[in-house]
This record gives sequence, C-alpha cells and structure tokens, in this order.
Amino acid sequence: MSLEKPSWRELPRGAVPYMSSAEYETGDWGVSNPSIDLSRCTRCTLCHFYCPEGAIRMGEDGYPQVDLRYCKGCGVCAEECPVKCIRMVEKT
Amino acid sequence: MTALERQLLMGLNGDEAAAYAVKQVNPDVVAAYPITPQTIIVERFSEYVANGLVETEFVSVESEHSALSCCIGAAAAGARAFTATSSQGLALMWEMTYIASALRLPIVMAVANRALSAPINIHNDHSDAMGARDSGWIQIWCENSQEVYDACIEAWRMGEHPDVQLPVMVNLDGFTLSHTLENVMTLPDEEVSEFVGERRFMRVRGHLGEADFRLDPENPITMGPLDLPDFYYEHKLQQVEALKAALRAIPEVDDEYHRVSGRRYGFLHPYRLEDAELALIGLGSTMGTVMHVVDELREEGVRAGALKLRVFRPFPEEALKEAIMGIPAVGILDRAISFGAPGGPLYMEVKTTLYEEEERPILVNYIHGLGGRDTTPDLIRAIYKDLDRARARGGAEEKVIYAGVRG
Repeated sequence: MSLEKPSWRELPRGAVPYMSSAEYETGDWGVSNPSIDLSRCTRCTLCHFYCPEGAIRMGEDGYPQVDLRYCKGCGVCAEECPVKCIRMVEKT
Repeated sequence: MTALERQLLMGLNGDEAAAYAVKQVNPDVVAAYPITPQTIIVERFSEYVANGLVETEFVSVESEHSALSCCIGAAAAGARAFTATSSQGLALMWEMTYIASALRLPIVMAVANRALSAPINIHNDHSDAMGARDSGWIQIWCENSQEVYDACIEAWRMGEHPDVQLPVMVNLDGFTLSHTLENVMTLPDEEVSEFVGERRFMRVRGHLGEADFRLDPENPITMGPLDLPDFYYEHKLQQVEALKAALRAIPEVDDEYHRVSGRRYGFLHPYRLEDAELALIGLGSTMGTVMHVVDELREEGVRAGALKLRVFRPFPEEALKEAIMGIPAVGILDRAISFGAPGGPLYMEVKTTLYEEEERPILVNYIHGLGGRDTTPDLIRAIYKDLDRARARGGAEEKVIYAGVRG
C-alpha cells in the first residue's frame, strides 16, 4: 500500500477517511490464500456468498475468482465448499 | 423596547428551563430515555411534541446508549439533535460520547447531574459529567435556571461554529436546579429562531470529492470507518484544535447572545475578587451559596471572593489565571472524586494551569456535596476559615479536604 500521508490540517475532518476503503488492501494480513481446483468446482456460488470480505466474485464463465488484494485467508470458503475443491495454501 | 422588555418572566425549574429553550430552538430530532432527575426535560418536551408546538421528531428509545446513538445518526444526516440524561444514563452513553465528538456532530445534551452508583443515589454530584470530561465535548456548567435556559440556546451556536463543530453538554445540578422553581427571563420564540438560525456544515473532501459534512446520497461521504495508525492520530489532533477553537468561538457567541438577551456569562464569573485574600473556585449551583457567604464575610471584614467557572471544557486557562493571580489562597470546590488521583478534577486542572507561574497562590482542594450531601452556608464558612488558616500558615496542611463528611 503506497499512500500519500497528509498532515492533520489537510486530512478531512469528522473522521472522514482520506481515501476510499477499497484502497486499504487487506489481503496482506493473512497467512494463507485459497487455491481452487476448478476441474471439480460445480459453480454453486456458495464461496462467493460466504466470503466475509466480498473477495470472491463469480466470473463470466461462472467460476469463482479470488481477489487476493482483499482475501484475508480466513478459510470460510474452503470450509463451506460442498465439494471440497478449495484448499487453503500457506503463503510463502 | 430594550432586549429585556421584550422578554417574558416565567417560573421554571432547571429541567423546564432546558425543555422550554429547546422548544424555542425547535430541533429536528429529540431522542431520550427517562432518568431521574432529568426526566422532566423529556416529559415537558414530549408534551410540546404532542401539542404540536414543535416540529421535532421525538424518538422514544430503549436506553441512553440508543438515545445518543439515535442523535448521532440524526446529526450525521444533517439534523439538529438534542438529548438529556443523568448519572447511569450518561455512563451507559459512554462509548457513544466519544463517537459524537470524533464525528464532529454538534449535538446538544442536557445533563441533570447526579451521583453514580453504587450505592444507588439519585441526588446531585458531578461524578457523571466529570467521567465524560475527556470525551471531547464542550461542557457548560450552570448556577441557576436562567443559566440553564440561556445555555440551552447558546449551546447550538457554540457547537455549530464553523471552527468548532463539536457536541455540547449543558450541566445542571440534579434537584438543586432540576426541580427548583426559579424566575427565568425568556426570549420571544422568533428571536431564539433567529439567533440559532440554520445549522451550518463543515466542508470535507471525501473519497468522491468535496461535500458538506452530512450523509447525503447525492454527495456521499463515509464517516468514521477504519482509520488505522496511518490517519487516526491526525484525526485526534483535529479534535484538540477544535476545542482550542472553541476558546475563541464561545466569546463570539456570548457577545452575539448578549446583544439579543442582555445577558452574557463568559468562561467564568469573578465575584468580589479585586482585593481578595481568599477565593473559592467551583462549578454549578454551589457557587450561589458561596457568593452569599462571600457577602456575609465581607460584612465581617474578611477579604473573601469567589470564582464561578462556567466552561470546564475547553478549560479556560488564560481567563482563570487572569482572574486569580495575586490572590494569596485559593480553594477549589470539587463535587466529584477522581479515585486514586492527587485531588478532584477541577483542582487538578487549576493546579496544572498555575504550575508555570512564579508566584502561585496556596491551593487547597475541598471535596463536598457527594450524593446530594447538602452544602450549607455554614459549611462554606468553615471552608473559608480553613483556607484562611492555610493562608496564615503559608501552606496547606492537607491538600485535599473532604468537607462535610463525618470523620
């Protein structure tokens, strides 16, 4: 995350954030990321709906895509996947 | 007609004075939960709502936490919002008090000051509001119903001042003021409306560009989300500066209110201090008793004086120094204990303010009136006597004295 950091005088008052929260890329918080075996994926969309960060989107092809800029590696998707095609892989 | 001739003399207790002032302000939202001794404020106000005398949306909430949360939501959406509470109610609001000030929402809240539990006690002391002294609110302390009325009008302009934008707490002593009928001079409705005018908003640069600081779908901004170590500290410094700005804004508002009403209060009210050898500083209704005793002592040849502090946050250091420097012995009346601290909250502020001065007065802290224990003229006399002994001795034997407690 590269940020220009303003002084308190320039920062918006009222606890208004200086930037969109989308710029807080929280993906670097976690210790693992999901790895999806698309050959076994049934495109059920449960991982998309369960992801607490909204980091999994369903692509045009109907398969899930993980946005690693925001994935915190919680593993909810792997836990909920009915066919167990998601595996959490520790970051190196 | 002069300002005073246009005013109507009414018999109001402190709670009714607050409710009547807020009725004249006609805020958009009032959210409150009843608690003794504040209850009369919201009772009266809900009657105004029921009788169609105000356009206010009155929200009956399930707790004080919800009351202040509701005011925060309303004020964030651009409304003028008011609430009132006491004691445990203010304690329950605690986390929201910090959010209201950090979000820079100029909510006005009347606090009918009451002791904190345990043991349960419905009577007056200042431990509730003193517990909120670090929460970033402006704090006004009233001596009588007239001051409550005036403060509940002025507070909106103080809090909404463009350089300030902070919530304001108007403190009135439970029962001593809240339930005691007094004469109050009241302004005509239209003069109050004109004085408070429309709420003013600060401009902020949100992530989609510049906008008024309020929740508006056409010009969206985000208030108070995750700030983290990158920005949080800077946002806190802005609150420090806003309270400093309040030291400049409050006299401006006072001047303007004086033109309308003929009354002004400033940060503090010095009483017979010019040649005083002894002075007591304090907050709230006790100061009426103190000034009465000062008059008696003066008759007896004692050079006594008093200093009533009206604004406790921001703390008016310069005005305080100017008022008391040169007085040999000063007693500080605290109606609250800061457990484990070197003294009461007001004592610590006064002492800190004077530290850099070369010739400091002797200071003695008198805790008094906890849980509604009566502070009588005799007790104040005894305090002046004790202070005079400290003056003669050249120092206080004990720095903190628990006056009026059974030994």
